Amino acid sequence: MSDFTSGFWPIYISIITLVSIIGTWIFLKKQTTRKLAPGEKAELMEHTWDGDLQDFNNPLPRWWLGLFYGTMVFSLVYLVLWPGLGSYSGVLGWTSKGEYEAEVKAAEAQFQPVYAGFMQQDIATVAADPNARAIGKNLFLTYCSQCHGSNAEGSRGFPNLTDNDWLYGGEPDTIKTTITNGRNGVMPAMGGVLGEAGTREVANYVMSLSGRKHDATLAAAGQTKFAENCAVCHMPDGTGMKALGSANLTDKVWLYGGSEATIIESITKGRNGVMPPMTQTLGTTSNQEAKLHLLAAYVYGLPQKQ
Amino acid sequence: MEATTYNYKVVRQFAIMTVVWGIVGMLLGVILASQLIWPDLTFGIEWLSYGRLRPLHTNAVIFAFGGSAMFAVSYYIVQRTCQVRLWAEKLAAFTFWGWTLVIVLAAITLPLGYTSSKEYAELEWPIDLLITVVWVSYALVFFGTIVKRKTKHIYVSNWFFGAYILVIAILHLVNNAELPVTLTKSYSAYSGVQDAMVQWWYGHNAVGFFLTTAFLGMMYYFIPKQAGRPIYSYRLSVVHFWSLNFIYMWAGPHHLQYTALPDWAQSLGMVFSLMLLAPSWGGMMNGIMTMSGAWHKLRTDPILKFMVTALSFYGMSTFEGPMMSIKTVNALSHYTEWTVGHVHSGALGWVAMITIGSMYYLIPRLFGRESMYSTKLIEWHFWLSTIGVVLYIAALWIAGVAQGLMWRAANADGTLTYSFAQVINTMYPFYGIRLMGGAMFFSGMLIMAWNVWQTTRQGRVVNDAPIPQAVHA
Repeated sequence: MSDFTSGFWPIYISIITLVSIIGTWIFLKKQTTRKLAPGEKAELMEHTWDGDLQDFNNPLPRWWLGLFYGTMVFSLVYLVLWPGLGSYSGVLGWTSKGEYEAEVKAAEAQFQPVYAGFMQQDIATVAADPNARAIGKNLFLTYCSQCHGSNAEGSRGFPNLTDNDWLYGGEPDTIKTTITNGRNGVMPAMGGVLGEAGTREVANYVMSLSGRKHDATLAAAGQTKFAENCAVCHMPDGTGMKALGSANLTDKVWLYGGSEATIIESITKGRNGVMPPMTQTLGTTSNQEAKLHLLAAYVYGLPQKQ
Repeated sequence: MEATTYNYKVVRQFAIMTVVWGIVGMLLGVILASQLIWPDLTFGIEWLSYGRLRPLHTNAVIFAFGGSAMFAVSYYIVQRTCQVRLWAEKLAAFTFWGWTLVIVLAAITLPLGYTSSKEYAELEWPIDLLITVVWVSYALVFFGTIVKRKTKHIYVSNWFFGAYILVIAILHLVNNAELPVTLTKSYSAYSGVQDAMVQWWYGHNAVGFFLTTAFLGMMYYFIPKQAGRPIYSYRLSVVHFWSLNFIYMWAGPHHLQYTALPDWAQSLGMVFSLMLLAPSWGGMMNGIMTMSGAWHKLRTDPILKFMVTALSFYGMSTFEGPMMSIKTVNALSHYTEWTVGHVHSGALGWVAMITIGSMYYLIPRLFGRESMYSTKLIEWHFWLSTIGVVLYIAALWIAGVAQGLMWRAANADGTLTYSFAQVINTMYPFYGIRLMGGAMFFSGMLIMAWNVWQTTRQGRVVNDAPIPQAVHA
């Protein structure tokens, strides 16, 4: 796409730029007076302000003029070689986009051999290769650690990847799909449907599923409500459904927290967990396919390393 | 009947507030520097969080401290060099209360999270309108006084003040063009990269005209006064005045190197920034060369020390700036601590030090005294400030270059050598040194406050310095 909405603007920009530089040049020339002879004193201007403020009228320092002209010459040369004067692309034909693409291409070529071997192997095999794991760890630290932490143990709302508990499944290909396309873990807000008391009952039932301390009366009352409202996603026995990424409520793993208050909050307001697609995060970087492959292998190998 | 005295009241009000706002603004800086080391310092209270205090710090230092200083010295200088009392004094009094109200509103709204999200222009639209009214009043008072002057020629400081008042008005109006949706929320009139370009055209010229042009005007009065020497070159002042103001206008795009801004605009921003070097140095040369014949005074006069050191930092940061605008240098320096160090070598080294020196000249005269209460304390203040700035910028130079190099370091397999968190970890020692430097500078301001308090206590308020009747040619 052109940077300009019409053919007028590039000409306008070129003209005011050149007129400005050349105009400054002429202004400097006109203001340059002869150098003082050795021993000659600069004249004192006739005005005086505020009692004693006066000025000499020394000529412009020669080295200073040299500096000024030098930067102007540099600028003019630069504007001949590089883009600057409107749509004129410069003798060198440089663009920032071109520079970036060339760098990606060079990286593609340089590192492709490093990655080629791994691409031939399946994820489980790659995960067992220490060299691949080293690369994967660097990729993980660059792209994943912001949410999942440098040690991959996650934090509130961001799954722990080392515990062998998988919301969407821990098979090599599933992990790769998760990384490549991202996930949207949506738990709808149930507060309106269940009401305050009902929410508390369901929360206590949920706590009973994993054997947490709970109020048995409330939990009993919550059981039917759970079956009617929650079992569709979390399954009747509360073990969750990997196809949806709905959490297993019977284990000891809590993504947002397992206290009564937090569970009530989760039920009332719902949750919206987003894992961004890494194709987006990787942007147009080089060797994307290989990076996804190595990342998947690294994440797959994480629980085994514990 | 024609006035026979100068109006010192409004000058005195702004001069005192310069010291007060200086302490407030720099204290905020010290808190922010500490938060970088101890993120939980303010107990997670949202209105004391880094993101809320940071704009308050920049606004306080630039517009409250720097702004008050500029109001004070421009009102003082324009009267004395035009040999007339201020024009429209009620309007001048309004500028003091109006500007103070702007600062107070900033101190309330920014911590509460009301922001237009434009750097150095965060204040929301009702405050923007108030700023406009105050600034137009300021322009009327200033130019009105120039118009009724008794002297034939306009003194060089006033050219710089005139340029700064005019350009800041234009910058403020154009960059803050916004659509209000509620009393506390508005949307910029521009979108996407145009918005970014307008913002940095504003942002860089706020540095250029608020913090450079205006303070050069300050320098052009107080250095010849304190040194007792004529200015080195009238011609140089003319040439660098016009070239500085003209070329500064173009430099904004260098804040957007390697962004969505079109390549041609990035290039123009870079070459005009390079051409800005000589005009910037013109002011430094003229100040430094004015000292010739008075260098011996530096040994005994800490006020001159402040002023000459300020010029040195000015020269250094106006060299550093054009270098950082070069695309390849910018690729390393941008988004690192180096930028923060660069800003502070200008803001502390130049703006604050020339202001402090000028205030030490000005304040006793506003209170009927020959000099400050204690020269020794000025000496202390000078050394605390100088060592503080040097520690500050040296730490951030090292931190910034290290950060830039670590971000781009790559392994043999093409992956990044350091994660973002590892780079942050490397910053801690430098954040510590920076905090120390900043705290030293801040403690100097406390010494100043004590010295000013003692000076005013033993002085008397001067509202009526007589205007000399004899007018020079």
